[in-house]
Amino acid sequence: MQRQLKIEIWVGAFVLMSIAALLMIALQVSNFSSWKEKPSYQVSALFDNVGGLKVRAPVKMSGVVVGRVTSIGVDPQSFKARVTMKIDRTYNELSIDSSASILTAGLLGDQYIGIEIGGDEEYLAEGSEFELTQSALVLEDLIGQMLVKFSDSGE
Amino acid sequence: MGLLIKTMQKRSIKLNGLIGLLQKTGHNSLQILASVGRGAMFIMSLLPALPYSFWRFDLLVKQIYVAGVLSLPIILTAGLFVGMVMSLQGYNVLVDYNSEEAVGSMTALSLLRELGPVISALLFAGRAGSALTAEIGLMRSTEQISALEMMAIDPLKHIYAPRFSAGLITLPLLTLLFIALGIIGGYMVAVGWLGVDEGAFWSQMNSHVDWREDVVNGIIKSVAFAILISMIALFQGFNAIPTSEGVSNATTKTVVHSSLGVLGLDFVLTAVMF
Repeated sequence: MQRQLKIEIWVGAFVLMSIAALLMIALQVSNFSSWKEKPSYQVSALFDNVGGLKVRAPVKMSGVVVGRVTSIGVDPQSFKARVTMKIDRTYNELSIDSSASILTAGLLGDQYIGIEIGGDEEYLAEGSEFELTQSALVLEDLIGQMLVKFSDSGE
Repeated sequence: MGLLIKTMQKRSIKLNGLIGLLQKTGHNSLQILASVGRGAMFIMSLLPALPYSFWRFDLLVKQIYVAGVLSLPIILTAGLFVGMVMSLQGYNVLVDYNSEEAVGSMTALSLLRELGPVISALLFAGRAGSALTAEIGLMRSTEQISALEMMAIDPLKHIYAPRFSAGLITLPLLTLLFIALGIIGGYMVAVGWLGVDEGAFWSQMNSHVDWREDVVNGIIKSVAFAILISMIALFQGFNAIPTSEGVSNATTKTVVHSSLGVLGLDFVLTAVMF
């Protein structure tokens, strides 16, 4: 009986330790805390080129994350890229003429969507669309433009 | 089933020359097929007995103690050192690109996705799987299992089922502990010794490790490994020739087969998951 008790105590300690490990992995290591759905609304934007933007990329305003990209696809009418994103309900007073641009964190970092606030009294709501967008900078295009400029000035 | 085992274990007539080679290949293939068949039949008869292991909870607890608590020292030490080495090696590469803060997310991701489940499974196969095979093989060779059967006690319910369930529960828990200790080891080396910024270490890790994609997939992997190892260990014990040589052969087979199985299954799971 004594032995069975000792075994049970050890197994209890083992299981509790493992649960503590799981909690540590969930809370400290992974993004479990931001995984749960916050109340949010969905808006979309059309871009000529999304570059390397990925689903789940952050949507930032003044550098603060206010939402995430939920899907990227091609709009069947305009043949532009349609990016839909979820924005936290707490930021529900973004005026309707705000602009969305695809920016890069650092020189080689991941791409994200930066929102710049406009001045209109009307606000973005569920399903609305950004009117003003700026596409990602594509390195090849930049180099191409530069080459054209150089050849122009050479003549 | 007994008849099948007897015919397969009977010493066969040996022929010489080309025909002999043919006969040997045929004999070996038939034996492999027979053992696959016996394995499948064993698993099929084990499955309905599994719920019983939760009814006789004391047997299950004892097996969790044997497989889990007694494996703790080796798992914890290995986890700590693997995390420390990962962190040290990662730092040496990343410091050239001025991004040594990424060492945290690198250590955490590789531990969660690959190293944690795989190394714990390999250690578990060596530490607990081999012991399981040896125990059951010896029980058979000393005819303890036949004795149980004679007392109308079903060895499937009393011997095999609790051990299988214990393996299934224990390995994922050990894997979690391995990963947690590995991350703590990586933290100690990176922040304590190499001077990586503490806030950047955790925040980088936080933003790169995904709960569903990385953590849950790692746990799924380790459950799959647990099923594989427990199945192989129990079957090898059940299938062992009840002599001291047979038991030692079966123990070796358990470690070899389950290690290879874990590595192969890991590749398949990684290809499917990530």
